[in-house]
Order: sequence, then structure tokens, then C-alpha cells
Amino acid sequence: MLELALVPFLEAAVRTATPLAFAALGELVVERSGTINLGLEGMIIAGCVGGAAAATWGGAGAGYLGAAAAGLAMALLFALFVVRLGTDQIITGTALTVLGLGVSGTWFHLAPASLGAGTAFPTTGAVALPLLSELPLVGRVLFTQAVPTYALLVAVPVLAWWMARTHAGLALRAVGESPEATAAAGLAPSRIRTVAICFGGVMGGLCGGTLVLAQVGAFNEGMSAGRGFIAIAIVVLGRWTPWGTAGAALVFGAAFALQYLVQSLGLDLPYQLFLATPYVLTLLLLASLRGRARAPAHLGRADAA
Amino acid sequence: MTEALLAFWDGAFGSAFAFWSATLVRATPLLLVGVALALAFRAGVLNIGAEGQLVVGAVAAAVVALAGASLPSVLLIPAMVLAGALGGAVWAGIAAWLRQRYGVLEVISTIMLNFVAAALISWVVRGPLQEPTKVYPMSLTFAEAARWPFLLSGQRLHLGFLLGVLVAMLAWYVLTHAAAGFRVRAAGAGPRAAESAGGIGVRGLTSRVFVLSGAIAGVAGASEVGGVTWALYEGISPGYGYTGIAVALLARLDPRWVVVTAVFFGALEAGGASMQRIAGVPAVSVQIVTACTLLGVLALGRWQRTRRSAASA
Repeated sequence: MLELALVPFLEAAVRTATPLAFAALGELVVERSGTINLGLEGMIIAGCVGGAAAATWGGAGAGYLGAAAAGLAMALLFALFVVRLGTDQIITGTALTVLGLGVSGTWFHLAPASLGAGTAFPTTGAVALPLLSELPLVGRVLFTQAVPTYALLVAVPVLAWWMARTHAGLALRAVGESPEATAAAGLAPSRIRTVAICFGGVMGGLCGGTLVLAQVGAFNEGMSAGRGFIAIAIVVLGRWTPWGTAGAALVFGAAFALQYLVQSLGLDLPYQLFLATPYVLTLLLLASLRGRARAPAHLGRADAA
Repeated sequence: MTEALLAFWDGAFGSAFAFWSATLVRATPLLLVGVALALAFRAGVLNIGAEGQLVVGAVAAAVVALAGASLPSVLLIPAMVLAGALGGAVWAGIAAWLRQRYGVLEVISTIMLNFVAAALISWVVRGPLQEPTKVYPMSLTFAEAARWPFLLSGQRLHLGFLLGVLVAMLAWYVLTHAAAGFRVRAAGAGPRAAESAGGIGVRGLTSRVFVLSGAIAGVAGASEVGGVTWALYEGISPGYGYTGIAVALLARLDPRWVVVTAVFFGALEAGGASMQRIAGVPAVSVQIVTACTLLGVLALGRWQRTRRSAASA
């Protein structure tokens, strides 16, 4: 009984955590450069649109490229305002989220069928890895997933190593703590920050692409459903580290997957309770972290350009 | 394209009815939310949660409207306003408490609370407040006594607009002429200086402004159910809480100007709705205009700062 309910629950938790982890790892890098990107939600929904449109045109592979490109385009706009013009990060991010939701909603209504709005298109389903997928429990949970999940299994350790051990990783962390000191050391803070924002945009776009191409298999208006904001909370819970962020993403995947577990256990509860659970959980976890997480010192401040 | 623009104009300004009954009716919640956010932003509180505060205010006002259906209007309508304010205040209060007690960033907590509020209204209109036949996800239509009076005969402009203008004027007066307003501005401009040099208890002050901001956003919710829909629906707000951010910023956080910018965005909403009806252009495309306005204001502000520093150099 427990096995029957637990394995599908854990499998769903990993599946649901995958897009969240993409967005959160991107946001982690952006925040380490001293910028908070509240436009992430807009980049995710742009990734959904780019992924759906490109997949209709050129298959699932093109879909992921399209999703990344759409996220990147939004990131370039964000970098133009925040890095070049030194505008308020919170307000610029909010504007970009509104822009993303407006553009995707308009596209959804105006470009039906022919470009994949509301219709089925090529997707990438679960792929069982040989040998690994036959391991008890872990095999089903971790190694019978869609390709983006495997990409993350590689990306998390690589990112952790890159941030801790490489020169570029050190430069990124230094910019977030003190841009002045970084500039004094002969590095260009604005360039590092722009690259970080672009990386965050690509990862946000891939979050949208994964949603559309590996999970839902269709594009719907507003399907980003607040994942951008949850991803920002995940970075805080993960204490601004790659492993912590990946772990926090899993916690949220589990919170979203809770409804499958409850359904399979046959409990009769209003479904809105489960809609609210991840958001309430975010608040509780953020409150419980009081004082134990330290943000990059320069986070959220406008550049003194 | 031309057809869409003509439809837009017709819907926003094309007739007396379009202006008084479409544009100003949509400007009403934006006006209240805009003032709420201007106050919060002035105090340095980044309240992104007006959407949730509006929704909870609408639910609270609907509960009162349905429960007090036998009361006369003179009692019931003020009770609805109070209930809306209380609902919004409680919702903002959660975020204010989390900020003060646990240091949770209000930018994140208020957004999370927006989603919780959306789940709450979705449950309420399918559960405890659902109409008796249980066919539609909505409440019973309110009794006559709970419907807010119209301001002009033959037009749908209702009491909420008058209330919004009064709140805006009051907020402006307090901010510019009262000691409390000075403390709010000082706390927003430089919390440390206000605390040490000004002797202002910044934490308590910002929490109070936060809760007040939520209360005003909650009244916007009460005004929507009482003045426009006369029933509680899930889609009570097409994102008024988010558009309100643009309303407050375009007004440069000045409550007097909020009246003007709220009418501007009200016209956008009304024109957008008419564009969808007549020309088939989705109303959500108005959000693109909202976003571009915000980005334009940001770029313009930056440009003015550059000119000013160049002039002083």
C-alpha cells in the first residue's frame, strides 16, 4: 500500500521539481551577481510560448532551443534596464512579468492551432535509463524521468563546482558582495552581471520549455502559475547555494505532488487546499529560516552608474 | 488594426456611457489600489500583494452582504466597507507580521499570499458561499440593500469612485501636511536616518502603513462586489492589484496624481474590453501597454536623473 502510494508520489515530486529547479538555479546565479530578478515569471511564460511555437515548427529539440531563446530575449531587456540604465530592480522585474503575461496571453488568443496554442505538439516523455532505472525505488524515482531532469542531475554538481572552484565563479560571488571591490580588482561588474542575468533568462526559458514539452504537452494562458516567484523563494530557502537550491526545489516538487498522494490514499479534501499548500509552505519555511540565511550583500541595490 | 483602435476609443471615451460607465467604473478599483500602493511604497514597503488583499476584501464584504441582507442600506453598505477594509488589513497584516517578526521579504510573502487568496476565493465560491443550486461557481446575487448607489442617473458609476477620490485626497493631505505623513516619508527615504536622527520607530510605523495599505486595497474589493458585480465570482479582479503598481508609479506615488493615472488605466481596461468584444483583440494585450508604460516611466526617470546630475556638475 505504502509502496504503491509512495513511489508515484516521489516520482511526481521529482518531475514537478524539475522546471522549478531550472528557474531557481538560474535565479541563484543572478542573485549571486547582486541582482534580484522579479521578471523571472515573465521569462518562464515567454519560455512556454517560445517552446510551444518552436516545437510546432521544428520538433521537440527546436522547442527547447526556442524556449531558451525566448528567456534570453527577456533577460537582455532586463539587463538593458537594470544594468545599463540602473533602474529599480523590483519595479523593472514586475514590469517584465506583466509584459511576459501580456504577450503570451495575446499570442494564445491570436495564434491558435497553427502555432501550437492549445493543441498537441511534439513532446519529450519519460526515458528510462538502462541499468540505473532498475535500481529499487531510486530507479523509478530518479532514472525514469524526462530528459531535462537528467540535464539537471549533471548541472547541479557542475554549477556547485564552478561557483566554488573556478576563477569565474569567484568573480560572480564577488560582484554580489561588493561591486566596488570587484571593479578595483580589474573586473567589469556590469559585464559579469549581464552574463549572469542572461544565464538566468536561459534557465527561466528552459523552465517554461520543460513545462510545455516534458509535462503538460500543451500551452495554456498563465501556465507559469507563479513558478517564477516560487523559484525566488527556493533560492532563499536553498541559502544561495546550488545544492541547497536543488534540495529546496525538491521540497516544493513534493508540496505540489502532495495532491496525487492524497488522491491515491482516497482522502476527500477540497482541491483548493492543495493549490494553496506550496505557497503557504513557502511562507512557513521562509519564516523558519530567520537569521540563518544570508543574502549577497549587494542584492537588490541599483548600480551606482 | 484601425478597427481595433476605433473599438478601443469607442469603449473608453466614445460616448458618455463609455466614459462614465466603463472607464470610470474600471478606474475605481485602480484608484483605491493605486492610493494603497502609493502609501506603502512611500514608506518603503514593497507591497506587491494588493491583488490578494483586494480578493480577501471582496470575500469579506460578500459575507457581510449575504449575511446582513435584511439590514437597511445605511447600515449594510458601511458594514461592507468595513469588512472589506478588515479583510485586506488581515491579509496585509500577515505579511507585515512575517516581515517584522521573522524578516521575511514582503516582496515574496505578498506574492505568495496573492496565490493563497486566489485559492481561497476559488474554494469559497464552490463551497460555503456557493449559490444554493450549486450549478455555478458564484455566490447568490446580493439583495437590493447591499448594492452600492449609483452617482449619476443612467450611468453605472457608483459610490466606490467617490470613496476612492476621498481616500486619495485624505492620503495626500496626511502625507504632505500631517506629522504622521512626514514620518512615513522619512522612514521610506532613509530608514536608518529616520530611526537614529529622527527618533522614529520605523519598524512599527512601516507595519502600520503596510496594514493600512492592505485595508485600502480591501475596500477596492468591497467596492467591486458592492458596486459592480453584486455577487462574488472567482474572476472578481482581472489583475487590478498588479495594474495598481503601474497606477501608483506613473503618479510618482502622489495620491492626487493617482486619480489621474487611475482614469488613464481605467480607459485602457475599458478600451481593451471593447476591443475584445468588437475586434476580437484579446483584452490581455492591454497588459503589454501597462508594461511598456512602466518601462517608459523607469527609463524616463533615469534620463531625468542623468540630466539633473549633468546640470549640477
